[in-house]
Amino acid sequence: MRDQRLWTWHVLAGLIILVLLGLHMTIMHLDVLVGIFNPRDPHPIAWANVAARARMGFFTVSYIVLLGAALFHGLYGFRNIVFELGIGRGLKTALNVVLVLGGVSLFAFGAWAAWAAGTLARTL
Amino acid sequence: MLDNKGHPNRLGIWGWLGGGRWGLERYLYTLHRLTGLGLLLYFLLHILVTSARAFGEQAWAASMARVTGGLFVIGEFLVFCAFAFHAANGVRLVLVELGWAIGNPIEPVYPYRTSVHEQRPLALGIMVVAGLLVLAGGLDFFILH
Repeated sequence: MRDQRLWTWHVLAGLIILVLLGLHMTIMHLDVLVGIFNPRDPHPIAWANVAARARMGFFTVSYIVLLGAALFHGLYGFRNIVFELGIGRGLKTALNVVLVLGGVSLFAFGAWAAWAAGTLARTL
Repeated sequence: MLDNKGHPNRLGIWGWLGGGRWGLERYLYTLHRLTGLGLLLYFLLHILVTSARAFGEQAWAASMARVTGGLFVIGEFLVFCAFAFHAANGVRLVLVELGWAIGNPIEPVYPYRTSVHEQRPLALGIMVVAGLLVLAGGLDFFILH
């Protein structure tokens, strides 16, 4: 039952990623063809554009949602791949602990960075 | 994932590469896993690299300078290709898991038809979508810039 629930979250997280990462990839890598959300400079990673996006509350929220969804989707997928190799119960427990601690730490750090960048950009 | 209930995964990772008369969908499964692992590795590094924006313009410029150059452009394009494939194939997997595009149950009458016959057009269509995204990305990465 727990596995079924986690798998459902895995699929739902994938759909969230499809939308938000699709938008991110369009902004960052289809910038000449589509050209959205790069108001200050032709290059998407120019600081002026990074700061302009960071000022928008939508991007702060969407980065944090994408971060959480992608970490869960990626780490749960990795866990499934390793578990399928038939590792022992002890290794499974250890891997669960490492992935949960690593995922939560990266989420906290990444969410802080998105929030701090937004706060900084609004003071400029 | 559920435990394998006494049926060990004898092929292990080598089973991703071959192990029988596998169809296209089995190789899409392998590619889905490989692209997923590649995207995960990139994403974990991406969190650390892009967090520099929280420390201001100079920190951002220094961080970006460390990941600039021809090899990084090719690497980023490969990440884009992996995303295009993984996303398109992921949509196919969701549709199939929800029971769409797999056909209705039928009597097993010779010549036998399986669900794969029904799924194949979806798999091919999804690969065309992924291919078009890769072409658009290639155009933007290497020609228009």
